[in-house]
Amino acid sequence: MLSSLIYDRTSPLSCAKIVVHLHASPANKEPGPYQQSKFSYFKLSFKEHGQIEFFRRLTEELSQKRWESTPMSQPIPTATNSQTGRTRAVGIVGIERKIEERRKETEKISQSKLMVKAKEMVELSRSIANKIKDKQGDITEDETIRFKSYLLSMGIANPVTRETHGSGTHYHLQLAKQLGDILLAPLEERGGMMALTEVYCLVNRARGMELLSPEDLVNACKMFESLKQPLRLRIFDSGVMVVQLQSHSEEEMISSALDNVTDKGSLTAEEFAKLLGLSVLLSKERLLLAEKMGHLCRDDSVEGLRFYPNLFNSQA
Amino acid sequence: MSFEWPWQYNFPPFFTLQPNVDTRQKQLAAWCSLALSYCRHHKLYTLDIMEVQECPVFNHKNIDRKLSTEAILIVFEELRKKGNLEWLDKNKTQCLVMWRRPEEWGKLIYQWVSRSAVVNSCNTFPPEFHGLEEWMLIRSLQALQTDGKAEVITMDDGKGVKFF
Repeated sequence: MLSSLIYDRTSPLSCAKIVVHLHASPANKEPGPYQQSKFSYFKLSFKEHGQIEFFRRLTEELSQKRWESTPMSQPIPTATNSQTGRTRAVGIVGIERKIEERRKETEKISQSKLMVKAKEMVELSRSIANKIKDKQGDITEDETIRFKSYLLSMGIANPVTRETHGSGTHYHLQLAKQLGDILLAPLEERGGMMALTEVYCLVNRARGMELLSPEDLVNACKMFESLKQPLRLRIFDSGVMVVQLQSHSEEEMISSALDNVTDKGSLTAEEFAKLLGLSVLLSKERLLLAEKMGHLCRDDSVEGLRFYPNLFNSQA
Repeated sequence: MSFEWPWQYNFPPFFTLQPNVDTRQKQLAAWCSLALSYCRHHKLYTLDIMEVQECPVFNHKNIDRKLSTEAILIVFEELRKKGNLEWLDKNKTQCLVMWRRPEEWGKLIYQWVSRSAVVNSCNTFPPEFHGLEEWMLIRSLQALQTDGKAEVITMDDGKGVKFF
């Protein structure tokens, strides 16, 4: 505990010194870096200068005892915390506040940089798309579509948006045309049929920014026929909606379902899905269709729903 | 002689009411035929709905399949429409099963009657009429009456029949 402060000017050859004398620590001293010290004073040595200013300020602080009057803003969890009410955390709070501010600043910068990058990406993709359009003669349509799908799968494209094409049927018409291009390859890969939910995910993943609403997707799909697109929107009895290739053969699908079921004796929708590598939803629709056509019949029990060849028809 | 089950009895879908209309028609026809032949084999004339659910016909324990109550009632309705079944109560808990309809019985009786001289023949029925319950006999005679081939006469000590 501080008792006195002496500005030592005694030796001109050595550095200026300030000697701080200390009292012995009282019994009720609050916890701090040291509980007590064997020294009764310490010296502050100033190599070059600053000692006069330091002495003045230290004396000032000691006389004002500002640390006794500043309210506690950040209580430190110590045993005697409640007793003293003294602030120990003014400095810490200030530092923390500064860190928080700096973090917010950094965030702001990141976001704006991201926006700039995105803008660049969109402009880049637009220029590529335009170049493709111009060079239509040199590149085959096939390649164009493939390149466009590549862009789409990367998440950049010329999205047909409500801004560029407005709303209403014109928008849906343009959308339908674009969908016709995008969906051909995925449909071929999946045996000619995709659930509308699968289509929704595929298309929106590619669009990235301007997402399609489910209503817009359905309305666009309804236009396939009138636009003479090779795709069709189809709604099953169960309400499930799919997009299928027009070339998709129903009879083939049903007879292959019958073959599979006959081959295995009986199949559930899950087993059939595994066999075909399709979703359970679409597999079930195929089985239901074959049942509707009278090729299959069902066994519905606690064990689940299973389909059999329709022996009621074929057997005497 | 043990009862011979039809192939459908071992076919699990037989115990699920088929949603496809054409398939269902064939399924129900098979059920009607099975129910009647089972009743004929075991000489069953009356059925109780509760008991019948546990009967081996509708409850095939071996393949762990049973026909639902709803489906049983649909089968019985088909039988009723064909004239092979009659409900004894409004709540449809009990019914009469006519695996040979009254008209069919009537025909048999008339044939038998025509073959033998009624006046002089004794009144014992040949084997095919064994087990024929009285109520069934009466209905058969009523059927013949409707056809104009017989007449039921009420006498002092009972009923008699006059054949034409």
